[in-house]
Amino acid sequence: MSFLEVKDLRIHFPTDDGLVKSVDGLSFSLERGKTLGIVGESGSGKSVTSLGILGLHKGGNARIGGEIWLDGEELVGASAEHVRGLRGKKMAMIFQDPLSAMHPYYTVGDQIIEAYRIHHDVTKKVARKHAIDMLARVGIPQPDRRVDDYPHQFSGGMRQRAMIAMALSCDPELLIADEPTTALDVTVQAQILDLMRDLQREFNSALIIITHDLGVVAELSDDILVMYAGKCVEYGTAQDIFYRPEHPYTWGLLGSMPRLDREPTERLLPIKGSPPSLINVPPGCAFHPRCPYLDRTDGKGDTVVPELVPTERGHLVRCHMPAEERRSLWENEIKPALETQ
Amino acid sequence: MNPQEPLLSVTDLQKHFPVTKGLFKRQVGAVKAVDGISFEVFKGETLGLVGESGCGKSTTGRLVTRLLEPTGGKIVFEGQDITHMSQSRLRPLRRDMQMIFQDPYSSLNPRHTVGAIVGAPFRIQGIKTEQGIKKEVQDILAMVGLNPEHYNRYPHEFSGGQRQRIGIARTLALKPKLIIADEPVSALDVSIQAQVVNLLEDLQNELDLTYVVIAHDLSVVRHISDRVAVMYLGKIVEIGDRKSLYSSPMHPYTNALLSAVPIPDPAARTERERIRLVGDVPSPLNPPPACRFHTRCWKAQEICKTVEPPLEELASGHRVACHFPENTPAVPAPAGDAVTA
Ligand SMILES: Nc1ncnc2c1ncn2[C@@H]1O[C@H](COP(=O)(O)OP(=O)(O)OP(=O)(O)O)[C@@H](O)[C@H]1O
Ligand SMILES: Nc1ncnc2c1ncn2[C@@H]1O[C@H](COP(=O)(O)OP(=O)(O)O)[C@@H](O)[C@H]1O
Ligand code: SF4
Ligand code: SF4
Ligand SMILES: [Mg+2]
Ligand SMILES: [Mg+2]
Repeated sequence: MSFLEVKDLRIHFPTDDGLVKSVDGLSFSLERGKTLGIVGESGSGKSVTSLGILGLHKGGNARIGGEIWLDGEELVGASAEHVRGLRGKKMAMIFQDPLSAMHPYYTVGDQIIEAYRIHHDVTKKVARKHAIDMLARVGIPQPDRRVDDYPHQFSGGMRQRAMIAMALSCDPELLIADEPTTALDVTVQAQILDLMRDLQREFNSALIIITHDLGVVAELSDDILVMYAGKCVEYGTAQDIFYRPEHPYTWGLLGSMPRLDREPTERLLPIKGSPPSLINVPPGCAFHPRCPYLDRTDGKGDTVVPELVPTERGHLVRCHMPAEERRSLWENEIKPALETQ
Repeated sequence: MNPQEPLLSVTDLQKHFPVTKGLFKRQVGAVKAVDGISFEVFKGETLGLVGESGCGKSTTGRLVTRLLEPTGGKIVFEGQDITHMSQSRLRPLRRDMQMIFQDPYSSLNPRHTVGAIVGAPFRIQGIKTEQGIKKEVQDILAMVGLNPEHYNRYPHEFSGGQRQRIGIARTLALKPKLIIADEPVSALDVSIQAQVVNLLEDLQNELDLTYVVIAHDLSVVRHISDRVAVMYLGKIVEIGDRKSLYSSPMHPYTNALLSAVPIPDPAARTERERIRLVGDVPSPLNPPPACRFHTRCWKAQEICKTVEPPLEELASGHRVACHFPENTPAVPAPAGDAVTA
């Protein structure tokens, strides 16, 4: 069994408008020292997934099903108390908005010290020393002075670093970063991505990076999972997803994105329509109202939910279209169009 | 480069926001949001304006459309000096110059129907149309890809991408000559971004529009622009046609920006040459003297801290403000338009 194994995870929320199936049968696995990228548009269930792994939906109104195995221990069935004990030490999270994750009335240092002392029986002095070391480690200048600053005295990039320092202060084995750089400028984003890459190498932690930015996943991920309307539609190595993608939604994401590493193209190739509401997920393949290949699925596209099936090459694709047809479409139509458009 | 008269010409434009303190609002300093910039926009072209958060992009847009009063400099639109023109004299010009905003949620009045929103400019300007406002508005809705029958619907009934289309429809109502689009796609999902980018391009061709597109996403800016200006702390540090600017960036800051963009290709991780800036952008309240980039520049020498480098044309149509530029024509840049090294 892998270090992290998520099996058929379902997180549904009953609401006045109906049942929101935010995560609907998600499975993946991750080893220590490896990075999984989860990509998808807003509302596809990325954040609900990460909060689910950390056990943060427990005690709320969410209906949670499936299994989450972390280092041999099952977490969906475990008590909220027990999972809370694992948070911080065994697993930690970096959020998109550091201000929402940090307390405005406590200094940055006090928050790291607090997080550290929950799991370590040390004096305040020792914990403070550790906090300064962590701030130095994430590249905060003059950490012995800045440790006493409040979050609002930090710039956006420094706050994100401080949150990484806080998340890493107990040396977690699983780190989940949910849109960690979305709010940052590109030069600062590059610094933070470098930092996460270095720290992961140093601590050999398992990293899940969640983002809507295909560039960011390509920078860090070993494996990539593409989410659409609460489900995984394609899952494979970074090479599978970027060099031989087989799902029409993945093709659409690639076509939507102008690329600096290629000659400029005349036209972008967008996906028509917009992502569905998770209360009224379209029947059959959730992507079918936006899919240009609906007519190639023998009438199943809008009636039967496709299974996530392994291809000969080993990666997983959720689409009714015959595999040879998908491959030939990619090779002969999509790939050339993306390159020249 | 472009033989015709510019539609818009900006010379030495300045906006200093006073910073006051105490009961008597004594001025204690000024945020030099825009500090002496000059550029031209020619008819039918798209000028992209890029730079990191706070560098003065939006302020520039608001100055040019006279939503803000300039502190200094000159703005000439279609041969007329509009720098300090009174609001009443500006009114007829307002038809010719429109702005599209970033946030499709907050920029539309939730209590007004789409018909009222898109038709408002006609009413405000007191314009009678041949077939009546309703028909006119429905034509515009169809043009931006919205269903004309949705005339009586409210903004909350539309998705983010559709709301941005409503915002675009509103600016088109009066057949403007110049559109300043401030981050028109950055709040949208990737697949929707591409739809809106294509729409802006189609409208430009059909209606002979001129655009200034403000964005922080360097890939999007390269895709839609003919020429690009790079801003840093209230100054334009480099401006040129997109091919020249992206394939042989001369300013160290432009080089750093381009090298920080994550590339959606797993192979780029190891193959790419990286320039990493340290630290954050300094405060515009107290910008570094002479070359403002010297605190983060790896090429900085003594002269950079004492003498401000002028914006000089070093290649045809390509101007740079740096004492030690990269990729100058004497040292030919590698061929191709790609930034991967
Ligand atoms: N009304 C104001 N009063 C004081 N300072 C202001 C005002 N408007 C803008 N500024 C300051 O001027 C500078 C430039 O702001 P501007 O909004 O033009 O940046 P921008 O380049 O559009 O950034 P972003 O990418 O974040 O939108 C910033 O430091 C900002 O805080
Ligand atoms: N507590 C909740 N109650 C009801 N619906 C929720 C709740 N949390 C999230 N959702 C819904 O679940 C879906 C997925 O949300 P999220 O995981 O945040 O998306 P993203 O992929 O953008 O991170 C959205 O439709 C969201 O509105
Ligand atoms: S199952 Fe059909 S509708 Fe869904 S992605 Fe495949 S081809 Fe498109
Ligand atoms: S003038 Fe000097 S400090 Fe400024 S960008 Fe050029 S080399 Fe760097
Ligand atoms: Mg999210
Ligand atoms: Mg702005």
